[in-house]
Amino acid sequence: MNQPVLHPDGSAAESAANSPVGGTSLWHDAWKRLRKNRVAAGSGVVLLMLAAACLVGPAVIAATWGYDYETQDLASGARPPSWSHPFGTDFYGRDLLTRVLYGGRVSLTVGLLAAVVAATVGTVYGAVSSYAGGMIDSLMMRVVDILYALPYMFLVIILVTILGKSLLLVFLALGAVGWLLTARIVRGQVMSLKEQDFVLAARSLGTSSRDIIFRHLIPNTLGPVIVTFTLTVPSMILQEAFLSFLGLGVQAPRPSLGALINDGANQMLVFWWTLAFPGAVMAVMLFALNFLGDGVRDALDPRMKH
Amino acid sequence: MKAYVIRRVLELIPTALIIVLGSFALVRLAPGSPFSSEKEIPPEVRRQLDAKYGFDKPLPEQFLRYLGNLLRGDLGPSTKYPQRSVNEIIGDGFPVSLTLAGVALVWSLLVGVTAGIIGAVRQNTIWDHAAMGAALVGISIPSFVLGPLLVLIFALRLHLLPPAGWGDWRHVILPGLTLGTIYAASIARLTRGGMLEVVRSDFIRTARAKGLSERLVIWRHMLRGGLLPVVSYLGPAIASMLTGSVVVEKIFNVPGIGPYFVDAAFNRDYFLVMGIVLLYAFFLLLLNLVVDVAYGFLDPRIEYP
Repeated sequence: MNQPVLHPDGSAAESAANSPVGGTSLWHDAWKRLRKNRVAAGSGVVLLMLAAACLVGPAVIAATWGYDYETQDLASGARPPSWSHPFGTDFYGRDLLTRVLYGGRVSLTVGLLAAVVAATVGTVYGAVSSYAGGMIDSLMMRVVDILYALPYMFLVIILVTILGKSLLLVFLALGAVGWLLTARIVRGQVMSLKEQDFVLAARSLGTSSRDIIFRHLIPNTLGPVIVTFTLTVPSMILQEAFLSFLGLGVQAPRPSLGALINDGANQMLVFWWTLAFPGAVMAVMLFALNFLGDGVRDALDPRMKH
Repeated sequence: MKAYVIRRVLELIPTALIIVLGSFALVRLAPGSPFSSEKEIPPEVRRQLDAKYGFDKPLPEQFLRYLGNLLRGDLGPSTKYPQRSVNEIIGDGFPVSLTLAGVALVWSLLVGVTAGIIGAVRQNTIWDHAAMGAALVGISIPSFVLGPLLVLIFALRLHLLPPAGWGDWRHVILPGLTLGTIYAASIARLTRGGMLEVVRSDFIRTARAKGLSERLVIWRHMLRGGLLPVVSYLGPAIASMLTGSVVVEKIFNVPGIGPYFVDAAFNRDYFLVMGIVLLYAFFLLLLNLVVDVAYGFLDPRIEYP
């Protein structure tokens, strides 16, 4: 075993890489444990492969076979899977594999980004509200109630009217509601956590409220936050489909995974493959995401070291 | 606790007012009007219609009148269904949606909590993966796929249950299960996640050390501590179950209030939209209050703020 190496310049990354002592931070430890978890590591690889396929797939298909997500071939419309079209074709003869990959790119980006923003905003909001307590907590939570209750659909319609259609607006619309559940869940967790001894200990050592919230309370809520995050991703993807139905978001002929699943559901008894393949890709993505999430949760749980 | 509940109820008054004002503004400021959707209406008829419903008055005046009627329990007329008031539409549809929500809630809690407990107690074993895999299937299958699938199996193939409609108890089962499964899947994941936060706590070790049976440890200690995220989730979830699911009620042709909302929104049936929005808001505020009080029962460390 190496001797611990001291780095006078204090570069953390370097010392973590070179010495076993440098890397005892929560995150480094977690990363080591995560890589040892076969289910989680496998899920991570699946997710990366899926993302890579969505990213380069449409371009490769366009270069090799010469069609993209909107190339129509009415003569071979609505064909079941075959060698030339592994996922079959849709009603207009568009290659479903290309559309699923292209739609997957849109949905994966929108779903993950919106869920990351929702989880971050919701966690900080919920933790601050709960830790502050009293009037501040009341005020912050009533804001959440109000946002929950306002008719979201009209909010979207008005936003589109005022600001026009843009990708930024899709995130705004998704973000406006995405963080509420996380905020309420984190607040509930922190209400219990903040009464525990480690918080009292931190406070009696003179730790600032800010440090207590960010270094002691929030890390202890990460388990439920990760679970909520993995629940938010699919709901954001389906929500995006609803937004494009309202005229916001990805518009036809450009596909998104949510929109493809919606279309497929309408004709699943006639053209089963138009639902089966987009649905399967979504399911694989969610499985991988959830098992990776569970792995991250386990890796971050200091009580699971043994 | 009594003081907390009283203060919390008083807080609901300004909150509710803001919700009424905010949703009134959003609904009325959105482009479109109740009479612009279909064929062209002569301006004279249009003016009479506007006068009939009071849409010719300035918006603030209309709002005050709406608020006054609301306080008397009158939700106003429907412009899409001129023979019926919003009170009648909601009065007819709500019991149906409530029945459906009841079945869905029982089903989702039964399945979700059971799967969550199995996942947490047998963490990272084949049991855990099977339970969570099943939950993920539930999350991945949207209700507009699950519903028709259940109809295909239980109604068209096995002839056990009617495919759609409303009448006796047999009509409740398929839509109830469809609606409940979506929530069951999320509840399972949240139960497992919440319980994993407490399974290695000292108070669980104490409970085991003092000789409690494993069943008691799980049910009385782990589950109670682990249910916090689930309970937080249930407030808004039950509120939306109660106000009906558009998709599920449409698939099974159930006369609840779910389909009315999207329909009313597209037709700019102002009073009907407002009625359903406020019904949802009412349950949301009430249930989140219940949730906040429930925290204290689930975790004795929590003090009422």
